[in-house]
Amino acid sequence: MYRHPRSRLGGLMPQVMTSDDLDRAIRRISHEIVERHHGTDGIVLVGIHSRGVPLAEQIASNIESSEKVRVPVGELDIGLYRDDLASRPTTRLGRTLIPVDLSGETVVLVDDVLYTGRTIRAALDAILDLGRPKRIELAVICDRGHRELPIRPDYVGKNLPTSGHEKVSVRIKGIDDVAGVWITDGGDA
Amino acid sequence: MRDLLSVDDLDRAAIDDLLDLGDDFVEVLGRDVPKVPALRGKTVGLMFYEPSTRTRLSFDRAAKALSADVLTFTPGGSSVSKGESLKDTALTLKAMGPHLMVVRHKATGAPWRVRDWTGLPVVNAGDGAHQHPTQALLDLLTLRRHFGKVDGLRVAIVGDIRHSRVARSLAGSLHTMGASVTLVAPSTLLPIDVDSWEVDSAAGIDEVLGEVDVVYLLRIQTERGGGEVFPSVAEYVSRFGLTRRRADQLPADTVVMHPGPMNRGVEIDPQVADGPRALVTDQVSNGIAVRMAVLFRLLTSEVPE
Repeated sequence: MYRHPRSRLGGLMPQVMTSDDLDRAIRRISHEIVERHHGTDGIVLVGIHSRGVPLAEQIASNIESSEKVRVPVGELDIGLYRDDLASRPTTRLGRTLIPVDLSGETVVLVDDVLYTGRTIRAALDAILDLGRPKRIELAVICDRGHRELPIRPDYVGKNLPTSGHEKVSVRIKGIDDVAGVWITDGGDA
Repeated sequence: MRDLLSVDDLDRAAIDDLLDLGDDFVEVLGRDVPKVPALRGKTVGLMFYEPSTRTRLSFDRAAKALSADVLTFTPGGSSVSKGESLKDTALTLKAMGPHLMVVRHKATGAPWRVRDWTGLPVVNAGDGAHQHPTQALLDLLTLRRHFGKVDGLRVAIVGDIRHSRVARSLAGSLHTMGASVTLVAPSTLLPIDVDSWEVDSAAGIDEVLGEVDVVYLLRIQTERGGGEVFPSVAEYVSRFGLTRRRADQLPADTVVMHPGPMNRGVEIDPQVADGPRALVTDQVSNGIAVRMAVLFRLLTSEVPE
C-alpha cells in the first residue's frame, strides 16, 4: 500500500519505496556484502549519522540471521569533516564509535542517500583518521545522482534519478514513525 | 554566539550546548589521531599579557586539534617592552589575519576593548579578578562527566575569592546550572560585592566538610595582594587548608578540584592533591575539549550580526 503524506509545501509526496520494499532492499544488500566477500571475515559496518546508523544495525542483523555471525557495527559522525562548516550552522554532533581496530579490515560505509558525494568524501577522511582499513566500500539505500566528486556506491538499494530541486527522504524504523522512501518537491536538498 | 567574554552571556541552554560539544571533543582527543579538520584554514590569535601555562597551552592545543593555525603573542621580548599600547598590539596582531582572538590581561575589561578595536570575535582567557569563562566551563564539564549532572550539586569554593576570576566565573555558572555554592574564606578575602552573588558563605572549612559534593580550592593570589590580609600561612592553613585530616572527613563521593597553579601545603595537602578524590588532571584535559567547543562554535556559526 502506498501512502501519500503531505509535504511541507502542501503537495503530495510520491512514495517510491514502501516499508517492505525498504526491508527487501536492505536484505539484498546484506546478502551482496557477504557474497562479495565470501563470508563475513574482516567486515566492519560503519553507519553514517544519523540514518546510516540504524541501517548498519539492520544489515548486521540480516547477516547474523543468515550467517550466524555478528559483524562489528560502528557509527560515524562526519560533522567535523564537512567542507561547508563555515557556511552552514552546526548542530549537535553525533557519536563516533568504532568498536574494533580498523587496520586491515574491510569497512562498509552505510548511508541512506548518496547525492553529491561530499558526505562520503568527509566520511572517507574520518575513517582514515581512525585507522587504516584494507578496503572501504559504500552501501546506500538510494543513489539519486548529481555527483560532484568521483565517488560511486558498491551496494545500492534503488537508483532514483531525480532533479536537483527534489529531495529524497528515507525514513527508517528506529528513527522515524513510518518507514519508506519518498520524493518531495524541494525544500532543502 | 559571537564572543565568549563572561559567563553572564551564557544561559543554561548555551552552557549545555558547549558541554555536549565538549563531551564530543573528549572522544576526539581519545582517538589514535586526535585531530579533526573542522577549522582548517582558520587562524586563532592568542594574546597573553599575563603569565599562563595551562590556559595558553590548552588554547593552543585546542586550536591545533581542530586544525586551526595559531598566532601567539606574549609581551616578554616583544614591542610591549618598547612601549607599544594594548590597542596597537591588538591591531598589529589583527593585521596578521586571525579569525578570532583569545585575550588574557591583568586589567578588567581588556578583552571587551580588544573586541571593540579589532571587530574580531574574542574569547576572554582571564581579565584581572573579573572573568575566566572557559575555566568555569571546563570545571562544569569535569563535574558533569564525573557526577552525570551539575544540577543539585553542593560546591564549596575555598580560598582567595576576592582576587579570583575563577571563583567569580564558576560561582555564576554553577548557579545558572542549578548547583548551590558556598564561599569559604576569611572575610578579607571575600569579594566586596559578595552580597550580589547567589551564594552562601562560611567562615571556616570545617563548617562545610560534611555536606558538600565538591571542594574547590583556590590559591592565595599574592600578585593581586591576597597574601597581605591574613596573619600567617600557618593560620590560613589551620582554618582553610584542605589537610589530610580534613580530607579524611569528607563524604566518600566528595571530589576535590583546583584550577592550578597549586601551592601544595597551603590550600591543599600534597597527598590530597595526588589522591583519588582529586580531579585536577581531569580538569586540565577537559579544558582542551571545552576550549575546542568554544572555538568551534565561535568560528563556525553564522555571524556577523
